Amino acid sequence: MTTITRKDTNPTAHLTEADIEQIGVELDAIRQDVIDSRGASDAAYIRKVVDVQRKLELGSRAVLLASIFPPAWIAGTVGLSVAKILENMEIGHNVMHGQWDWMRDPKIHSTTWEWDNASTAEGWKHSHNQVHHTYTNIVGKDNDLGYGIMRVDEDQRWSPFLLGQPLWNFINACFFEYGIAAYDLELGKNLRVPKEKRSDAFKRNAKNTLKKIRRQATKDYVVHPALSIPTGSFLPTLAANFTANLVRNLWTHSVIMCGHFPEGVETFEKKSIPADETRGQWYVRQMLGSANISGSKPMHLMTGNLSFQIEHHLFPDLPSNRYSEVAPRVKALFDKYELNYHSASLPRQVGSAWHKIVRLSLPNGWLEQTNVKNAPKQVALLYKLSSGGPKVRRAYDAAQRRAENQKRAAAA
Amino acid sequence: MALLDTPRPSTRLRDRAIRVVEAATTPLLPADYLDLFAPLRSGADLRGRIVSVHPETADAATIVIRPGADWAGHVPGQYLRIGIDVDGVREWRAYSLTHGPRADGNISITVKGVPGGKVSNHLVHDSRPGTLIHLEQATGDFVLPERLTARTKLLFVTAGSGVTPVVGMLRNLFPVTDEGVLMFGSRRRATDEQPLDITVVHVAPSRPESIFIDNLHELHEAGAINLVDRYDDVHGFLDVARLEELVPDLAERTTYACGPAGLLDALATHHEERGLELFTEQFRPVVISSGEGGTVTLEKSGVSLELDGATTILDAAENAGVLMPSGCRMGICMGCVLPMREGAVRDLRNGEITTATPGETNTGGVPIQTCISAAAGPCHIDH
Repeated sequence: MTTITRKDTNPTAHLTEADIEQIGVELDAIRQDVIDSRGASDAAYIRKVVDVQRKLELGSRAVLLASIFPPAWIAGTVGLSVAKILENMEIGHNVMHGQWDWMRDPKIHSTTWEWDNASTAEGWKHSHNQVHHTYTNIVGKDNDLGYGIMRVDEDQRWSPFLLGQPLWNFINACFFEYGIAAYDLELGKNLRVPKEKRSDAFKRNAKNTLKKIRRQATKDYVVHPALSIPTGSFLPTLAANFTANLVRNLWTHSVIMCGHFPEGVETFEKKSIPADETRGQWYVRQMLGSANISGSKPMHLMTGNLSFQIEHHLFPDLPSNRYSEVAPRVKALFDKYELNYHSASLPRQVGSAWHKIVRLSLPNGWLEQTNVKNAPKQVALLYKLSSGGPKVRRAYDAAQRRAENQKRAAAA
Repeated sequence: MALLDTPRPSTRLRDRAIRVVEAATTPLLPADYLDLFAPLRSGADLRGRIVSVHPETADAATIVIRPGADWAGHVPGQYLRIGIDVDGVREWRAYSLTHGPRADGNISITVKGVPGGKVSNHLVHDSRPGTLIHLEQATGDFVLPERLTARTKLLFVTAGSGVTPVVGMLRNLFPVTDEGVLMFGSRRRATDEQPLDITVVHVAPSRPESIFIDNLHELHEAGAINLVDRYDDVHGFLDVARLEELVPDLAERTTYACGPAGLLDALATHHEERGLELFTEQFRPVVISSGEGGTVTLEKSGVSLELDGATTILDAAENAGVLMPSGCRMGICMGCVLPMREGAVRDLRNGEITTATPGETNTGGVPIQTCISAAAGPCHIDH
């Protein structure tokens, strides 16, 4: 997507300043209704999910003690995968957002929670809660737009490295928890800094992350396999744990891709965001910058209710079990202000996100302009853009923009 | 002692086993899993389970609790803090234990519903057997001396629910069985064959509202205590200056009083003037009221700030040069959360007030988001 301020028609052009502030007031009212009705049944919900998740994990790990037997391996691996997904999505992610802080239960609180993931709660809360949720979809500020290894927006500059981005994305999906850990540390940026100049904060965070990764790996790849030795199940348990982590990684990666990457989700130019962005303006950015996944109740649970990505981005601190309830009111607000409520099934959103990643692995406009007849010429152009320096690529981008402007002028 | 420096092999083995189990449950603790099945076990955070709820009056009930294995016991007259979820929110309150140590190992508290009281009314009307609650060990020095002799003459002054710790003491001194009040059952009594000389002055708005009034009358009829009950609707408000008319030998007695602050203050003045010994216990000593702005004290930083009702604590503290944790600065990331030990703050997004009353929060205080909170009264923040 091109940032909204550089598009032919800005999807917010029809909104007056007063409209935007009114949207803020109406969304605040929805938020307040949930806050006012939060209570015992919500608390019972999260405690139930935590209880079920822990028992499922315990049961699955117990079954895997005899994972040499194929049925045990299958049942245990499926159970552990589901348990890990629940722990990361419906519990960990949401608890760390402070969605359950209102219960004042120190055991289910954003300040004390640590999740079953390579990234530390502290690092995640910084990169996700603070940076991504505040600067959602602002190109150049929200690192979630491509995680620093891909471009997912026309306004992000193309480089030959990105030709491989479908592969980078797949590898990232398989090892997503480590990808997140590296991302939270801003590893790429920090490793370019000479060792002696790296900040103390980075060194501390890196040390904590390595410690966390060591503990996580010891648990899944040493302790539990070792406990399975009596039944001769060391390797099967190791394989089961690896599989469960892989399944969890692929699933969470897919769900998270659906939140902001599908075609049609809007992005924003850094310079178009005022320094004193109002609450209404922030809300509108969240409305247009997120996409929902439609589906069944169990599907919503397994996505940690991130299938209600729009509602989550509007109200990141409301309990996740309430998103489905406020969704119709949020949707009605979109309709009232003629904004696009982006929602589709999981396969469609995943497909759309992958399509964008493939499309943008190539320079802007290249895929659209290529046909059978000009294919050799286009391949030659691609080779030139890849082997040439940034200057060549900037010239290509400028030419593309000029052509587009001409087309726009002609159409007008 | 060299012997103590080398741990026994069995201890070392146990420590190693614990480390293995911890490595198997990281990032959680083994306790997080054990809590699913045995929340009252030894070694767990101290909890209890409500066994039964007995109505005492229309708005008071006694709650019998099975405490966790690590309950260390109590001395009659002491209180404990209990944490219970009301409308999903963990609330902490202190209540007197209203039994001596019981044969069944259970403990009991007696709660009177305070008008508008969230926790007390929940406990009296809505608490159910089977509910898991959180406990702290018993504490408080409103207790009788270790050794009582017949020469110790006691006066208890109780007002309203102030009777609760005193009933705990009396029940311990004079257990009640099917045969009635046991006058010679107490261990303390066995060392001294003289009967104890106890007067109880009990004050309440009316008799039907008096918790334990039947128990006090039983004790009175059995000759264990001398009860003087005064009801506002019959006798008018008790004038402390005229206490001597109700208790002629007041000067010979040691006084234990429990009730509202007004009564205790009057008693303190009264006893001080006469040079008499007085022990008191007061419930809810601090009431947090909220207004606009206030003094915010950052305790560890040693900084006090005078704030209006519109400035966030985060902004004000940073402007004063305090290094504060911060994040999105708009209330969504929880990066600025700090515990408030005491005080009241207003959420600037919706005007909601959050208060932290000492003794009524988790240990450590109530975590607040400083980036959207303004002072709504004097606040003490742990930072």
